[in-house]
Amino acid sequence: MTVAALHEYLEQSARRYPQTCAAVEASSGRQITYGELDALSDQVRDHLRRIGVRPGDRVGICLPKSIASLAVLFGILKVGAAYVPVDSLAPPARNAFIFTDCGVRAIFVEASRAETLRCELARLAAEPCLLPLDWSDGPSPLATYLARVEAGGLAVEDESARPGPDNLAYVLYTSGSTGQPKGVMLTHRNGSSYVDWCSEILAPDENDRFSSHAPFHFDLSILDIFVPLKHGATVFLIGEELGKNPTRMASVIAERRLTVWYSTPSVLTLLVEHGGLDARHDHALRFILFAGEVFPVKHLRRLKAVVPRARYLNLYGPTETNVCTYYEIPQTIAEDRSAPFPIGRACSHVKARVIDANGRNVPRGQEGELAISGAPVMLGYWNMPERTSAAFHVDSSGRWYRTGDVVIEGDGGVYTFRGRRDRMVKRRGYRIELGEIETALYRHPAISEVAAIARSEESGVSIKVFYASREGHALSLIELKRFCAHNLPAYMAPDWFSHQQLLPKTSTDKIDYQHLMRME
Amino acid sequence: MNAIQIRTMARDFILKEFLPGERPENLTDSTELITDGILDSLATLKLVAYLEKSCGIEIAPDELVPENLNSIAQIANFVQSKQAST
Repeated sequence: MTVAALHEYLEQSARRYPQTCAAVEASSGRQITYGELDALSDQVRDHLRRIGVRPGDRVGICLPKSIASLAVLFGILKVGAAYVPVDSLAPPARNAFIFTDCGVRAIFVEASRAETLRCELARLAAEPCLLPLDWSDGPSPLATYLARVEAGGLAVEDESARPGPDNLAYVLYTSGSTGQPKGVMLTHRNGSSYVDWCSEILAPDENDRFSSHAPFHFDLSILDIFVPLKHGATVFLIGEELGKNPTRMASVIAERRLTVWYSTPSVLTLLVEHGGLDARHDHALRFILFAGEVFPVKHLRRLKAVVPRARYLNLYGPTETNVCTYYEIPQTIAEDRSAPFPIGRACSHVKARVIDANGRNVPRGQEGELAISGAPVMLGYWNMPERTSAAFHVDSSGRWYRTGDVVIEGDGGVYTFRGRRDRMVKRRGYRIELGEIETALYRHPAISEVAAIARSEESGVSIKVFYASREGHALSLIELKRFCAHNLPAYMAPDWFSHQQLLPKTSTDKIDYQHLMRME
Repeated sequence: MNAIQIRTMARDFILKEFLPGERPENLTDSTELITDGILDSLATLKLVAYLEKSCGIEIAPDELVPENLNSIAQIANFVQSKQAST
């Protein structure tokens, strides 16, 4: 069942299962049926139309994960616009940059953050319409807001927009190497081709209960939002606070009898190591899906011992394509295995190949860059035509997105990840351009030189920053951490800082990263 | 345990585990630990495990919120209220 536009999944399920529970806020227990979610998002659509949002526009979402933010997301799609979700806890200046960069017409924002965001937008000479939702008004801030602004009464329009499959549906901003985030433009077809592939693999039905752990600005959320709603299943929204609390999350998994869990390996490790996941009995989990980083085999083995009946899939793919290869972890993991599992074979909705710098095929068994073409590949980066064309290799066989990931193709078309071709790293599932950390720290008045490196350790990737200061002595670690907390999203915070009198240089007077990698 | 003992204990632990090399006087009773990025979520869990063990209290999952743990002063108040209730 393929749809032209992503919101049709909700509309079709609302007709089929109007009384079924569509979404639950896992921390408060509040829930909403398909019929109610469809109606609420219709109201969002009508309100957006009334304030002048038109098909093709962008609308921002700066809200905690909730039933309200889910209804807002669908309302934006129903008006024919694209949603632009951000981390509501990220520095307001970064969020204002994102919203200004893609020229949003309106922004749904948590009321307590609206004024700060407005100030930051004003500094960039931007004045989108701010639509504040106030959780102190009660548990249904969206309904309260709509009742207030639509108090005059409004002839309800009965039709949602019918965007074409190649129209923009959402823009996800990821870390940018030049210091500013870049917007990945994704269409309805990009999303729906992936959702339909998930249906093929997971075969979900209306009895399934999915987790939604990833925030909406993270591409893992596409599966969490659209797959359950396509099939009349229920999605359990795990908000920012609950998502950091492994003991409570483990309770949700057991007591709510979740059947499909999807998160980064770090979160799964946290659940086993700190959440007492093994203390609970009789899980209903059918599938445990993970993506975003390498899962250390030691932790994966422990998890499999705790939840032996589930099937485990390693999903791989950058935001630009979403999941494009997958690998099912075997029932038993050899005791002496420590090498991470492969990223697997190409999904049925993409084509994959391994190429060299000139776009020529690399023989099987040799390292090369993984390139992807097909329905889920992004349109490009927002307002960055040069970056976009640099990201693709185009030849007679099609338009291939160069992932930047170095892989080896083994037997049966199974790919193994070997490393990166550039300075992008993944830590706890988030991709981080080391250059963005450096650019932020260069804004610190006392720092004269800075270089960030990443190290892979058994427990995962850690980021170390080397810096030199104008005064020549080490800065307070508290001050450095505070500066990062206010200038970078939390997921980009370095793990270590090391003061140097001067950073090592190459013969061409560039920072010598190879030397830094060897330093302790 | 009185408030001063709890503060000293929490300060020593945070300095040793999460702020190696930091001058102790820079970590005050009101330094914002979570909102200023000194404790990330994993560090917060480690701190809580330490407090439970050394103060003989049990901290419920629902109590892992910034209001209870965002500064050394808040930690001391929180631990004392837990000790009083057991």
